[in-house]
Amino acid sequence: MAETQLVTELEPTRSIWPQNPVLWALLGGSVALVLLHAVGALPAWLVRVPEWAVPPMAVWLDAVFNFIKDDLGLIHLTRALTAGLEVILDATANLFYGKRRWPNIGPIPWTAIAASAAVLGYYLGGWRFALLAGGTFVWTALIGQWDIAMQTMSVLVVAAPFAFVIGLTLGILAWKFHGFERMIKPILSVLQTLPFFTYLLPAVIFFKVGPTAGAVATIIYAIPPMVLMTTLGLKKVSPEVVEAGKMSGCTRWQMLSRVYVPSARTEILVGLNQVIMLCLAMVVLTAFIGMPGLGAKLLAMMGSFKLGRSFEIGVTIVLLAIMLDRLSKAWVVKQPEHFERGTPWWKRHIYLLAGVGGFVLFLLLSQVIEVFAEIGRRQHFSQGKEIDNIIKNFLALEAVRGVTDWLRWFLNVKILIPFRDALLWVPTPAFVLVIVAFAYGVGGRKPGIYAAVFFTIVAFSGWWDRSVITLYTVISAVILATLLGIPLGIAAARSEKWSKRVLLACDTAQTFPSFIYLIPAIMLFGVNDVAVVFSILIFAMVPLCRYTVEGLRSVPPEMTESADMSGATRRQKMRSVQLPIALPTMAVGFNQAIIFAFFMVIIAAFIGTQDLGQELQRTLAGTEMGKNFVLGMNVSLMALTFDLAISSWAEKRKKSLGLG
Amino acid sequence: MTTDQPVISARNVWKLFGANPKSYLSKMPQGHSFDAIRADGYIAGVKDVSIDVGRGEMLVIMGLSGSGKSTLVRCFSRLHDITGGTIEVDGEDIMAMSEQELIELRRSKMGMVFQSFGLLPHRTVLDNVAFPLEMRGQDRHARRERAMEVIQLVGLDGREDYFPRELSGGQQQRVGIARSLAIEPDIWFLDEPFSALDPLIRREMQDEFLRLQEMLGKTIVFITHDFDEALRLADRIAIMRNGAVEQCDTPDKIVLNPATDYVHKFTEDIDKARVVRARGLLRPVNGTAVEGQPIAGHLTIHALARQLVNDPRELMPVSDRQGAVIGVLERKAALDVLLGAE
Repeated sequence: MAETQLVTELEPTRSIWPQNPVLWALLGGSVALVLLHAVGALPAWLVRVPEWAVPPMAVWLDAVFNFIKDDLGLIHLTRALTAGLEVILDATANLFYGKRRWPNIGPIPWTAIAASAAVLGYYLGGWRFALLAGGTFVWTALIGQWDIAMQTMSVLVVAAPFAFVIGLTLGILAWKFHGFERMIKPILSVLQTLPFFTYLLPAVIFFKVGPTAGAVATIIYAIPPMVLMTTLGLKKVSPEVVEAGKMSGCTRWQMLSRVYVPSARTEILVGLNQVIMLCLAMVVLTAFIGMPGLGAKLLAMMGSFKLGRSFEIGVTIVLLAIMLDRLSKAWVVKQPEHFERGTPWWKRHIYLLAGVGGFVLFLLLSQVIEVFAEIGRRQHFSQGKEIDNIIKNFLALEAVRGVTDWLRWFLNVKILIPFRDALLWVPTPAFVLVIVAFAYGVGGRKPGIYAAVFFTIVAFSGWWDRSVITLYTVISAVILATLLGIPLGIAAARSEKWSKRVLLACDTAQTFPSFIYLIPAIMLFGVNDVAVVFSILIFAMVPLCRYTVEGLRSVPPEMTESADMSGATRRQKMRSVQLPIALPTMAVGFNQAIIFAFFMVIIAAFIGTQDLGQELQRTLAGTEMGKNFVLGMNVSLMALTFDLAISSWAEKRKKSLGLG
Repeated sequence: MTTDQPVISARNVWKLFGANPKSYLSKMPQGHSFDAIRADGYIAGVKDVSIDVGRGEMLVIMGLSGSGKSTLVRCFSRLHDITGGTIEVDGEDIMAMSEQELIELRRSKMGMVFQSFGLLPHRTVLDNVAFPLEMRGQDRHARRERAMEVIQLVGLDGREDYFPRELSGGQQQRVGIARSLAIEPDIWFLDEPFSALDPLIRREMQDEFLRLQEMLGKTIVFITHDFDEALRLADRIAIMRNGAVEQCDTPDKIVLNPATDYVHKFTEDIDKARVVRARGLLRPVNGTAVEGQPIAGHLTIHALARQLVNDPRELMPVSDRQGAVIGVLERKAALDVLLGAE
């Protein structure tokens, strides 16, 4: 049978593992170091990189930044840009929530926005989307969060188009010029793993505190996927379409604007969807640099442990996220339809007319009926206090508290703290060797070398212990997420119905801004390590679960059928057919889980951690760009190490299985 | 098959794919085989091809996948830059043309139809057909009018506002054909236009294509991997293998006298009587007295079967379409073809 052959063919690649001398040398070296350290024979300079050997990178970087900023005059340029951006942001702020700035016509009544959104939703996806789009805005208004939500939206509607246009342009350039692509690719992957705090401080320094800096950080944060999707889409345009364009006598500009870009519509719109979602996630996070809006309010509410209000804001953010995601995705698949000949103008543009009509109608109505324009302070339906009480009562239930207390105690005392202490005890070179061995064994030579270089840099950065704590949090959370997520995925993949449900849930959960995941963690476990790990765990479980289901569902039916006909039991089938074939896809999920975990662990600094994130958050208060950058690079380098190793493994494996 | 200057004239054309094809070709020894070239790390897409296409002729290039037929036709339109040799279109060396001249040439003289249609998904049928006109800057009204004309020509009127994905495969290819005809090209390239269609539609499209050709009389280079299709459509067939032309001749001659074993493999299962026309077995009159009604030279032996069997004459005069006698047909030779005797 085809798949048994396949499996036996793959077996040797697995058994190469222990025979590899390099791997043995790496692991052996590491074990030797650990043993020496255990008996106290290891000199101190091999346990940790000594203080004097740590190059003052932060100081140097500060000097470089200052040179660029002041001597080269970049600050003047960025401040000039700030002024321009500020005008645009003020204009949207005026329209959305009535900030007293030009053009001084806002705020737009909430009913008008909700009505147009509902029409747009109907156009893109029928009644359900109309309800989603209109309902989100109605909820936001009724719950009394209209102003803060609009503060967030007013930045979003500026940042997303900017990120889209810049990303599209860079994507086209990268596609057109290979040299540029080679140059920009590593920068993009660093940008994608760089913790967001690292975006924030330069933004603050160069673009002032508040919405402008928030918008800039958001734009930069959202650009990379747009670039990648654009390049991908342009590369995928069918060669025949290209040739048809050439044979039609297109000039180069005509080729690009009339043939390539329209043909890559799908990928470009997927890129736009990602831009919007990343913008939303980031705008919420810019609360850390004083950007008003939903994020700031949430931060304040969580800080004062007002769980009810936090929950309500969380719901608003989630609704906004789902709405933006669904609508933009619906736009991706929306194909143009033709109208029969002689359809009158108004019928061709019915949705546009309805949207404008609804807008104008409510604009007029709101002149007469005040609540249509604005929900006043005492008119909203927020149930913050009541929800607070419900949550508190629920958590105080004997059974619930018993479980959470026990979990907290068990995880903390039995698992997390011993694990952390063990990792911190391990001498630096031994630690690095193990990581290199992992990268080498999993990904091969190149990822191994990268791992060695990256972790050596981290070791010499002067932030080793904090890096280890970061890594410990990530590893513990990812292991727990794997233990929960993969079995869940496997179970769900058994039936069509459950696969669909789980995939939908994962899709939806992935659109939530990461900040949201802190809410249940804090609710259940309070402010401590367990809450941190828990929030990372649920965040990282999403991709794990999702790719497990996708991997298993994509196993070709002939293979499972031939396993059935070979008389395999369900278990045998899973072990020797489905899992080996799904593994590369699952590895992609695992990889994403790790990247997500690195992302989340930094945000969790808010709960109070002792890792790099905490230090990063502290730098935001000052102007220590150099330190901020060193910390950010550490996180990025660690994340990249895993990313390179695992994705290289997944790719090799896919190739050897002949799966594209 | 006219005597004046050929429309496309290719001389010793090479197209190599690989790291540095130009310098490799200049150093390559004479008569290097396809496999020897491949061993050096290069693929010979087109290997030393010399071929002429006459005005109003339909040349069918036939070959299996990977034989280089698509590459060759892309060299004719300079979608590929050739590695060696020359290609002249209407006496002009296309490799010497600037980008602007090349665009001009494509805008005014060439049309091309693709296997998977190559339609722009975001444009309606009308806008797809009008695309080449739009590219050369024709105004909206004029191009709409012209596009409607060709849409009617291919029988798609009423569908002009549809989007490609709303049409069937056959209809999509009609759009592709209409687009390629919109600029009234002199030269018409068709790259396996019917291969993606199912057999019944394919047959219908071939008939449609013959009808169009009857009407328009373009110079055509038609690519196919289907030998039957080649026989059905071609004035001349060029059979390609490994980048080289194995044989280039009229269908009659290819079927009757395959030049190589490779060509023979294609022809052996063909019912020759359905391919060979009376004029294909023509012999000069040479003073022999021929009498009686001449038979039409463009009919196949199969179509003439009853007459051949019943006619007592050993030598029969053969006429062209205008009715002039162009030679004689030996009855025995024709009966041999009919009965499949080698």
